[in-house]
Amino acid sequence: MSFAARQQEALAVWRVFDQPELRRILVGSATCGRAAGSLEVLQAFRDELAQADLEKSTALYEVGCLGMCYAEVLVEIRAQDGRRVLYQGVEPRHVAQLVEQHLVRGEIYWPLALAQMGEGTEELPAFHDLPMIKPQERIVLRNCGFIDPNNIDHYLARGGYSGTARALTMGPDAVIDEMKASGLRGRGGAGFPTGVKWGFARATPAAQKYVICNADEGDPGAFMDRSVLEGDPHAVLEGLLLAGYAIGASIGYVYCRAEYPLAIERLQTAIEQMHNLGFLGDNILGSGFNFSIKVKKGAGAFVCGEETSLMQSIEGKRGMPQSKPPFPAVSGLFGKPTNINNVETLASVSAIMEKGASWYAGFGTEKSRGTKTFALAGKINRTGLVEVPMGINLRTIIEEVGGGVSGGKAFKAVQTGGPSGGCIPARLIDLNVDYESLAEVGSIMGSGGMIVIDEESCMVDMARYFLTFTENESCGKCVPCRMGTQHLLRILTTITAGRGTLADLDSLRKIGDTMKNASLCGLGQTAANPVLTTLQYFEDEYRAHIEDHACPAGACAALIHFTIDPAKCTGCGLCARACPVEAISGEKKEPHLIDQGACICCGSCRQACKFDAVLVS
Amino acid sequence: MSVEQHEVQDILTQYDQDRDNLIPLLQDVQERLHYLSPQALSAVAEHLQLSENDVFGVATFYAQFRFTPPGLHHIKVCEGTACHVRGSSRILDTITRTTGIEPGQTSEDGLFSLERVACFGSCALAPVVVVDDKVYGRMTSAKTQRLIEEKK
Repeated sequence: MSFAARQQEALAVWRVFDQPELRRILVGSATCGRAAGSLEVLQAFRDELAQADLEKSTALYEVGCLGMCYAEVLVEIRAQDGRRVLYQGVEPRHVAQLVEQHLVRGEIYWPLALAQMGEGTEELPAFHDLPMIKPQERIVLRNCGFIDPNNIDHYLARGGYSGTARALTMGPDAVIDEMKASGLRGRGGAGFPTGVKWGFARATPAAQKYVICNADEGDPGAFMDRSVLEGDPHAVLEGLLLAGYAIGASIGYVYCRAEYPLAIERLQTAIEQMHNLGFLGDNILGSGFNFSIKVKKGAGAFVCGEETSLMQSIEGKRGMPQSKPPFPAVSGLFGKPTNINNVETLASVSAIMEKGASWYAGFGTEKSRGTKTFALAGKINRTGLVEVPMGINLRTIIEEVGGGVSGGKAFKAVQTGGPSGGCIPARLIDLNVDYESLAEVGSIMGSGGMIVIDEESCMVDMARYFLTFTENESCGKCVPCRMGTQHLLRILTTITAGRGTLADLDSLRKIGDTMKNASLCGLGQTAANPVLTTLQYFEDEYRAHIEDHACPAGACAALIHFTIDPAKCTGCGLCARACPVEAISGEKKEPHLIDQGACICCGSCRQACKFDAVLVS
Repeated sequence: MSVEQHEVQDILTQYDQDRDNLIPLLQDVQERLHYLSPQALSAVAEHLQLSENDVFGVATFYAQFRFTPPGLHHIKVCEGTACHVRGSSRILDTITRTTGIEPGQTSEDGLFSLERVACFGSCALAPVVVVDDKVYGRMTSAKTQRLIEEKK
């Protein structure tokens, strides 16, 4: 069957899914949705529809993530009037009401209504006008939450694989030129131009070459790749197929972390569908190009996100980084020329081939083209997955998209780039988010984790947290990283315990610089960034720990103690019940007391108190 | 042959002897046995014609692999950045206090085992605890304590 005929079939399937008079329910069921209870909600809908005898006349689908994680479980309902309403915070107990009121009677259930898809009305804003959505530009996430990720026809109907059909008529060199013209840079963190990278691998002559999709999203606090893989696996696999065609590889690997079982399941389903429709296998779309894709599960090693370690791991070895050169483009997997791109890069590739380089280059800044996804989390009101044009202001992301800091606390810093990145202080909130600007302030774009930190988080403790992680994940092969992370962690632990000296600050800087210059791979070269940037912007906090034996944020257990303000305490007893060591006592309706000898400074009482009566000093 | 040996042999026959099958093989064995026993590691080494030392070296490199049997309920506490700033260390303390085990240990009655995990990627629901592969989001010390009491 020709590609055009295939597309027509897919469109027919899509029209059934999309016909306005069909009652339809979409339940956001990516991992985050499931954690919030989406599978229970889905089951409740199934039961309710069966009971109301609506199961035949209503289509019920699991879809990917819209990125509004704070509002999970998200459900979109379309009654027979064709109006599509998005509901937030849906629980099984709401389902009967939603079915009866909206699906049957066509009336909106206001308590949970969040937005209307398409045009808005006076009472209900359009989805695209929501403050979280409006500043966004969705290219990588173009289909997430809108299609059934298990249905290749949905992907095809929305333009999928048309870029492949185009590429196969253009020839590999023209595809590489298209990538260069788009200005796309690697989204895994380093930002190397994708087209140039492909050109290197293409230029190495070899009978066998490989392409790899790096889906070993190991940065704690990052979940962009997971959402794309779960919500739109074909977008990534098509990108990998295009990379294979461009460099002349016949085998592709997706190296996905084992902690993402749903993503792996969706990938495997998608690969099978590609085979069935002839997008994988021999002579793809009659072009003579042969390609197959294998999924490899990671086994829990952060360093395997580094490309040479990742290839070692695929080969069945300890995932230790190798010296470069030779670069993977010359000698990579099994000693053959190999090209590695990250998930988001590949999902951008498929969009670029579909819509053209100049369309893509129209987004972003001169040096950083296109869009970037960020996993927005930490102390922020609207946590979620967002995609914004490069060069957007940090303030727009935090205040508009994220809705500001949660709990009315003061914004202190934002951490980008995970354990390899840095903390950007509140005073730099007007910074533009692109590769160059972030590097200028000592942080990195990284893969896209963005953690908002408020006044209650201690920056020394943040640095210690990241070093605990990198010290644990350092593979131990090179001395600067192995010893460097150990010493940094030891010094930071001493400081948070109130036993640091001012000379420690010099040691931190010196060790950090050495690690930057002398480590073998990216893990060690960047592991000191969290320490160096917090030292640069928050030296006073370090000094407070050392000179005053105090933690200004009230976070370091060794330097604080909790007391109860008798003027504010109502004697409700919530704190006493929350206390894990029974250190709080008091009569009902009388101010309570904390036994300082028994208190372990965990802060549970402070979290539990509704009257701000627990003081930290 | 013991039941365990049979199970391992079943898995081995599905893989040819290429070295790049080592990690998938270990993953399959662990999924079946819930840990990697010394006997299973030897069998894998023999099948791939690698030294036991080599196989053990690879297995210990990766955090996923366990060398002692887990408890009936396996608890994983996420220590991702988002979970950290939202108090995951408190959650871990609570679990240690309620079950009496530290990360990496299995309780004496075999009921619980505890593991720290770098990040589940469910950061929006931080802090996150996973018990027997079910994800529990927005945890507090009190909720964690109730969850564990329920499992006892």
